Amino acid sequence: MSDMTDHATKGRLLGRSKVEDLVIVPLFALVAALILGAVVMVATGVDLATIGRSYVALLQGSVGSVNAISETLTAALPLVLAGLGLALGFRAGLFNIGAEGQVVMGGLAAVVAGVALGDLPAVIALPGAILAGAVTGAFYAGIAGWLRAATGAHEVISTIMLNLISYRLLDYLLRTPLIQKEGRADPISKSVPEVAELPRLLTFLDPNLRLHAGIFLTLAMVALAYWLLFRSKLGFEFRASGENAVAARFAGMNASLTIVLAMAIAGALAGIAGANQTLGVLGRATPGFSAGIGFDAIAVALLGRSHPVGVLFAGVLFGALEAGGRQMQVDAGVSIDLIGIIQSLIIVFIAAPLLVKALFPWGFRRDQTKEGGS
Amino acid sequence: MRVELRNITKRFGPVVANKGVNLTIEPGQVLGLLGENGAGKSTLMNVLCGLYSPNEGEIQIDGQSVRFAGPGEAIRAGIGMVHQHFMLVPVFTVAENVILGIEPVGRFDHLDLTTARSEVSRLSAEYGLAVDPDAIIETLPVGIQQRVEIIKVLFREADVLILDEPTAVLTPQEVDEFFQIVRSLCEAGKAIVFITHKLNEILDISDRIAVIRRGEIVGTGDPKKLARPDLAEMMVGHPVDFDVARAPFVPGDVILGIQDLTVLRDDGAVAVDDISFQVRSGEVVGIAGVQGNGQSALIEALAGLRRVVSGQVRFDGTDITQASPRERHRLGIAHIPEDRQRAGLIGTFTVAENMVLDSYYAPPYSAGTSIDWGRVHTDAAAVAEQYDVRTPSVHTSAAHLSGGNQQKLVVARELSRDTRFVIAGQPTRGLDVGSIAFIHERLMAARDEGDGLLIVSSELDEIMALSDRILVMFKGRIVAEYAPHDAPVDKGDIGLAMAGARV
Ligand SMILES: Nc1ncnc2c1ncn2[C@@H]1O[C@H](COP(=O)(O)OP(=O)(O)OP(=O)(O)O)[C@@H](O)[C@H]1O
Ligand SMILES: [Mg+2]
Repeated sequence: MSDMTDHATKGRLLGRSKVEDLVIVPLFALVAALILGAVVMVATGVDLATIGRSYVALLQGSVGSVNAISETLTAALPLVLAGLGLALGFRAGLFNIGAEGQVVMGGLAAVVAGVALGDLPAVIALPGAILAGAVTGAFYAGIAGWLRAATGAHEVISTIMLNLISYRLLDYLLRTPLIQKEGRADPISKSVPEVAELPRLLTFLDPNLRLHAGIFLTLAMVALAYWLLFRSKLGFEFRASGENAVAARFAGMNASLTIVLAMAIAGALAGIAGANQTLGVLGRATPGFSAGIGFDAIAVALLGRSHPVGVLFAGVLFGALEAGGRQMQVDAGVSIDLIGIIQSLIIVFIAAPLLVKALFPWGFRRDQTKEGGS
Repeated sequence: MRVELRNITKRFGPVVANKGVNLTIEPGQVLGLLGENGAGKSTLMNVLCGLYSPNEGEIQIDGQSVRFAGPGEAIRAGIGMVHQHFMLVPVFTVAENVILGIEPVGRFDHLDLTTARSEVSRLSAEYGLAVDPDAIIETLPVGIQQRVEIIKVLFREADVLILDEPTAVLTPQEVDEFFQIVRSLCEAGKAIVFITHKLNEILDISDRIAVIRRGEIVGTGDPKKLARPDLAEMMVGHPVDFDVARAPFVPGDVILGIQDLTVLRDDGAVAVDDISFQVRSGEVVGIAGVQGNGQSALIEALAGLRRVVSGQVRFDGTDITQASPRERHRLGIAHIPEDRQRAGLIGTFTVAENMVLDSYYAPPYSAGTSIDWGRVHTDAAAVAEQYDVRTPSVHTSAAHLSGGNQQKLVVARELSRDTRFVIAGQPTRGLDVGSIAFIHERLMAARDEGDGLLIVSSELDEIMALSDRILVMFKGRIVAEYAPHDAPVDKGDIGLAMAGARV
């Protein structure tokens, strides 16, 4: 045997190149995006003092106080949950654009189940409502998975259509007697009973702090997704099919089943994200309650490199930008759209790691092995 | 143009792929580069063609020191490489592929194909390549596709052509034609670097031979003064035994029975046309034939990867015609796919992950829903050691192994478990002589333990060395059958049958 065997690669889980990919690139991407954001503000006539004030506000509004941290985390939870689902799909080679629709359906189902279970104790009502969200999301995403596996219909198209359908379906269902709040003419659901609510955690400090028990759910799901992807048989099949579908098939893996299961699990997580919103933050379902979470989660999943831990950090970063952005608007009067621009810029920089490496060459180990060819 | 590599060292992390290599490439000559799997041949040539930058050392062209930032600069300096895995766009024409990356455009950004087409025709005529500029790549046989790769390099006016294992995918006839092309290129003053594991080829075509072992040049020589055993010994460092040792032929019961089997190609044409044969346990059946005569479809059908239109496959008495690949795997049917890159491996997965790619689902590697990675890693390390898969560790990505070691990984995975039947497509493609001998030994061991084996290979020598019975496939049918134990088999006869002549 060759003498090379002795040099076992050390620290495999977080080798230097992994650290570069997962930590350093996103960090520099953030810096580059903030600088470019400032350039945009200058270009639109914002004076330097205001720019300074707005970035201070961004910091304060995201991590500057207990309330800010609570807001950051509250905004991050659904992004992390839905992002985990998308990440699993990406790993399996599925470009699922449908998290938004799955959030809508899951969130609504959680409200309906919560109302139905309202007379039962919380230990049953709350898990029941969350489960209803997960199952509904799984089913809704499973449609696209089944279409892909059975007919070859591409999931990008079908999930986009399912998103549109979900919006209309929500509007319609919110006016049906079973769901609509008694005595209301506008589309709004009954309120989630207290037993089915995700309890707030920090009200002993300040009754306005919104952070709720969904954080435990989210952390559990991060761990679960990690286990699923890297420790389970199913995750091995997901990753194999995503990396080389032909080799996966030759190895005896069932491509159709993999597609349907990957979509269903992604949908379950997005459904939980929806339940997290209706049961933990909103207390009811209203038109547009999903607020684009399913779309932001795509960015979160990509930013997190489809790695559960990466998704967790990316979700928190996006939560921070959202919470800080609100503060920025209040304190400095800068448009909330600017936050959108900065978020998008971060994605662009992350998507182009070579660009980031070129901008900040001193942050990276010199690239001695240019990968060429295929 | 004279190219000199001086003191080249290339490292990948802790792995030293090339160590202080000095090599001269003379115009009008063929330099044969020989070495074991993982010796560092491809790496050295990737340094020369600008794909890798060396850690130490320099490249000189006609005495001038040069540095390439990428393959684009190397080709501009006149150095072009044909990689072992072709880089052609299947749905484009020859001319379109040739100009890819340097598209000539006329006014209004109009793509100018006319000059490219006539230039392809001119090059094709000049060097006897016989390539139609308007043919679509995916309709062309591999041998012609390779010529397109050569035209690509010539079109860019290269004076040095590097050919990395060009003959591994060619039929014997194609190899002959290919050598003529190489000779005419040499006469035109081009320098050729030719990598192969086939000793007779390298003796046949080279003007000079360099042998590389563990990253270092261990000798150069004149092919006229060298014989196969000398080369083999230079390569591996000890004498190599070429003969396959085989126990007497003791066939058992029929284990695989194929009855009136018909299988289609992807485009709906008949690939396997109503064939029947049997394989007994303890028997090696070799399928000879020019590539593209239905062998691939036959293997895929037997592995459960291609639908059977009519007919039946029986394994050990039970009908498995409709069984899934996984069910066949459980029955002990091993399958070494012909195309390791596309179907046998996942490049981004580690060696260990690839080692359990088709056996992860059951004990000892998994119980319930999760995989026991500790067990996977220990077993994978042991199997890699046993099959001499040269890798820094089992955590290395498969894509970072040398071509031959990737092949050994696939073979090791399939043969290291308890098998009852082995379907092997080109099992030794890209392997060095030592590794071929070892894999042949393992295949024979499976036979002697009572497995049935079906081997498809474009190497007639391999088929003849291994088989207890030889079937020749032509246009989807079995046109000839030979039983070496009953009567000696003539290679020429088989060749004729492969070409479709009735015998
Ligand atoms: N990109 C890479 N990253 C890490 N190691 C590499 C890489 N490319 C090659 N190696 C290592 O360098 C050594 C030489 O590989 P190389 O591909 O040059 O061998 P080779 O002589 O072409 O072998 P073969 O005949 O099997 O194709 C091997 O040990 C291989 O594992
Ligand atoms: Mg090689």
